[in-house]
Parts: sequence; structure tokens; C-alpha cells
Amino acid sequence: MTTSEKFFHMAIAVLLFYGVMAAILLLTQRLRSRNGERVQAAAFLGPSLALIGIGLLYPAGVTIYQSFFGAAVFDPPFVGFDNYTALFTNSQQLTVLRNTLFWVLLTPTISTIIGLVYAVLVDRASFEKFAKALLFLPMAISMVGASIIWKFVYDYKSGESTQIGLLNQILSWLGIDTYNFLLEPPWNTFFLIIILIWIQAGFAMTILSASIKAIPEDMVEAARLDGTGPWQMFRHITVPSIRPSLIVVLTTITIATLKVFDIVQTATGGNFDTSVLAYEFYRQSFVAGNQGLSATIAVVIFILVVPIVIYNIRQMRKLEAR
Amino acid sequence: MSTSTPTAAQVPADTAPAIPASTAAKKQLTSRWASAVALIVALVWTIPTFGLLISSFRPEEDVKSSGWWNFFTDPSFTLQNYKDVLSGGSTGESLTTNLINTIVITVPAVLIPISLATLAAYAFAWIDFKGRDTLFVAVFALQIVPIQVTLVPLLQLYVDPPFNLMPLAGRDAPAGGLYELWLSHTIFALPLAIFLLHNFMREVPGELIESARVDGAGHVAIFTKIMVPLMMPAIAAFGIFQFLWVWNDLLVALVFSSPQVSPMTVKLVSLVGQRGEDWQLLASGAFVSLAIPLVVFLALQRYFVRGLLAGSVKG
Repeated sequence: MTTSEKFFHMAIAVLLFYGVMAAILLLTQRLRSRNGERVQAAAFLGPSLALIGIGLLYPAGVTIYQSFFGAAVFDPPFVGFDNYTALFTNSQQLTVLRNTLFWVLLTPTISTIIGLVYAVLVDRASFEKFAKALLFLPMAISMVGASIIWKFVYDYKSGESTQIGLLNQILSWLGIDTYNFLLEPPWNTFFLIIILIWIQAGFAMTILSASIKAIPEDMVEAARLDGTGPWQMFRHITVPSIRPSLIVVLTTITIATLKVFDIVQTATGGNFDTSVLAYEFYRQSFVAGNQGLSATIAVVIFILVVPIVIYNIRQMRKLEAR
Repeated sequence: MSTSTPTAAQVPADTAPAIPASTAAKKQLTSRWASAVALIVALVWTIPTFGLLISSFRPEEDVKSSGWWNFFTDPSFTLQNYKDVLSGGSTGESLTTNLINTIVITVPAVLIPISLATLAAYAFAWIDFKGRDTLFVAVFALQIVPIQVTLVPLLQLYVDPPFNLMPLAGRDAPAGGLYELWLSHTIFALPLAIFLLHNFMREVPGELIESARVDGAGHVAIFTKIMVPLMMPAIAAFGIFQFLWVWNDLLVALVFSSPQVSPMTVKLVSLVGQRGEDWQLLASGAFVSLAIPLVVFLALQRYFVRGLLAGSVKG
């Protein structure tokens, strides 16, 4: 397909879409009655709800169903909970679970701590805007791009050859043995986690910084007059005041971490015991051809996310009730 | 604004200083420490990207044999890597096609879900109908269905749709499978987009809508003439989100795109896999893929941050 054909299809898709939308709006705009309102609601919501139903609800149902079947392309046998048992007993899958646990425990906490400390440190500094932009920039970079950037940092050349990876060069400047960061489990997982922390800290910093700026000025001033030191101020004024935002940041990053796939794929390809649930899903589904197990992994990711979201909905309701 | 240390120091000796000298000194010390720590963090955050940028301009031999920091003692500069990446060059790896694919995938995948979500958000915010709240909570809850859960059945649906509909994936797919990519990105974006835009819409004062209704304006008129113009900043905010998300996506593209429409991310991953030693191509290729979102991001940062904050810190 040529470039112009691609752009042609793109134009068609966009025009077709807006044509249909305009037609729907034109057809329903004259309706005023009670029933008319209902038709309008249906017209406004219909396309979105239909897409969500076909593209999210129905596939989710199918996946749950498939998770009870074994590995075969045609007519896979019904295996009940065998896939779930395998996921929690098979040693390879246990490594995947262990790695996922590392990711989920470390990424949200460390990114949030770095984001929070940084937000406090640069708050009201003359270079605040610029300093924030520096931490924030990795958010615009794809995880693929970020992983390539860090592969440069982690690169290892064996023996006495000159290192082209910055970290190993620093190690050899310090007279410490160079190290193959992405090869040795379980530590390689931690070096992958650093990549996601690098991306997410800017997100945490932005949200928390806005939240810090919303703390009433009189409260800070009063504490300062009482002779509160910076550390006490941080512990007793700043952190309690921004609690809701802290929770939002932690949960958002946790959910993002559970879905992380790109970093593992780009940096190690899931080798050297670095696989995580989201990557293992892809591998089982599209490489190993075990549809049942991959469906099971998808369901487990879902189950892990659900309580976090229920908690968030509750928080949201509480805030709205206020 | 707190009294900053320099101003405290400038206070003439005969007027009582607002802050005792000892406190001022301590503050200055802490702020010096604070600045130092902030500076270190900022450096750690920036150096990796900076190293990639330098590498992308160094000749192949240099990139492979010495670290990018040697550029400062032994500078040599070339645009060959970018030429190779964009036009194929000696190594035959051209990313221009993939760059175009990324653009072609991204534009409709941003415009379509945002338009649909704005409509749906309006209905949730300002049209009264039975079961509205339940439906809205359901949509909110659905934003957490991990896309992994939906990928395989969705792919099956695209390849072999019911009722003899035209398949959107596979060999006969129109436009090499572009339509399924647009559709998938739209589906995955909708719940979050509806939720965020709904939050913005509820902030519009109800009296505005009421008075328009009294003047005889219908929902369509209110939507197109009042809501959309008012909502432009919010729509822009979510637009940047969706743009970054689609532009940077790997998983959806890996699962759904055929080779002829595969985007930059897919190509870069295969470059890492096949030719892990071609550092100079990886560096320039990665930078080409970073450049456009980075520019968009820097230019529209204000809106992006606003969108982030609206989604996360309510109240």
C-alpha cells in the first residue's frame, strides 16, 4: 500500500465518521418531547455504548470462558481450574508472579516518593517550571523509546573492552567490576523497574505538586510561626493535606504497572527470568500458542485491578458527597 | 508568597527583621541542600535521554566503540544515522514508512474517540434518562478492564465477524488492517475519555443550560453551540493524552497491525531484537519516534497538565 493510499483511507475514515455523526445530530435535533429526549440520549450514547459493549464487555466474557480451556488451536479441552492451578504452581509462572509482585510493590512507591520529594524541593524555587519539565519529559516518551534509552545506559561490554554504557563506565572509573545489568536474575528485574520509575515519577510529581499548591497559605504560615521545621512541616502539614492525591497517584501507577508490557518486550524480550504477567499474556497467546493460559493470565490481571478500582470509586463517591 | 531569604537579608538593620537571622540562615542552608538534591535528581532524569541524543549524531564507528561522553573530548558529528534511518541508506532499514503508519494510525484514533466521548459525556451530564447513574458507573468501572482481557476475542471478531460482515483483519482487510487499529484504539479510549469529559462538563453552570433550554434550544444546539466551544480546553487536554497513548502504543499495534501498516514502535522493537548492535540506528530511530510527541507535548504542556489534574485530583 502506498503512502497516498494510506492517507486516502485515513481521510475516508474521518469523513465517514463525521458524516454519520452529523446525520445523527441532524435527525434528532428537532425532537423536543419527553420521548424525544430519550431518543436523543440514545443517539448521543448509542455509538459509544455499542463500541464498549462489543469491544470490552463481550471480549471480557469470552476471555473468562476461554480461561477454563486447555491449549489447542481447534476444540481445546475443558480443563476447569487447571490453568489457574498451573499459574500458581508451575515454577516458570511463579517467577512471573514474583516479578510482577516486585514491579507492583516498587514502582508506585518509589515513583511517588521521588515525585513528592522533588515537588516539595522545587516548590517556589525560581527555576521551578524548568525543573518540573525535566522530570516530566519522560512521560512523552514511549516505553519502547525509554527502554532503548536505558539499554544504552545499562550496556555491557565483556572483558577489558571500553564500555559504551554509562553505568558500567562509572563503575570502571570507580574501580568496581563492570556488571551485565540485564542478564542476572532476579536483579535484572529491578533494573527494568527503574525504567518505569523514570517514566512515572514525573506524573506523580505533577499531581502532587498541584495538590501541595492547594494547601491553604494560612495553615503553612501558622505552622511556620509556631517554629515548625521543614521536616515537621512536610510530615505533619504537607503529607496529611495531600493524602487523597497520594492515593490517586499510587493507584494510578499501580494499575499502569500491572499492564506493563513494552519495557520487558524491548529491554529483554522476556528472557533471563524477567517476564511479568502482562508480558506472559502476550507470550502465551501469540508465541507459545496456549490460549487457555493466556486467557487465565488476563483474568488474573483483571482480578488484581478490580479491588483497586472499587476503592477508587468509593473515594470518588465520598468526594462527591462532600 | 513566603519571605525569601535574599529579601530578609536586604532588610535594613534598624527595622526589625521579619525572620530571625538564625532561622534565615537555617532556611538558606536547607534551601541550598534542597536545590542540590533537586539538581541531582534532574540530572539523573535528563542524562539518559541526553546520551541518546548525542549518540544519534555520532558516526557508527564511534557509537560502537566508545561511550557518548567521549563526544566532548573527541567530537565528531554526522547526520548519516538519520539519513540511514529515514531513507534506508546503506543498511536498508527505512523507518519513514513506519513513521507515516504511525501518523495515519494516530490521527483518526485521536479524533474519533474524542468526538464520541464528548457526545456521550454530554448525555451523561445533561440529558435526563432512566438508569443514567448506573450506566455511568458501569462505564467508569469498565475503564479498568485491562486491554489484555479483550485482545484475543476482539482479534477473532475482526478476522471472522458474524453475519458475513466484512472482516477487518486478515488478508482481505481493507487498508491493510488500518480500520481495526482505529476501531480498537477508539474502543480502548472511550471509558476514560467519557469519564474525564463528563467531569469537565458537570463544572459548566447548570443555569447556562437552563436558560438556553428556556430560549428553545434543543440538546443538539446546546451541545454544538455552547458545550463544544466551552469544552475546547478539556477536549484538547484529553486529545494530547490520547495522542501520546496511541503514538507510543506497542501492544495494540503488535497484536492488530499487519506488517504493511506497523508503526514506529513495532519497528524499533524489531530493530532491537534483530540488530541489537546497530546502536547508531537505534539511537536515531528512537529519536525520530520521540521528536513529534515531544514537540506536541512541550507546545501543549499547559493543557496536558490540566487534563492530568482534572482526572486525578478531584476535590
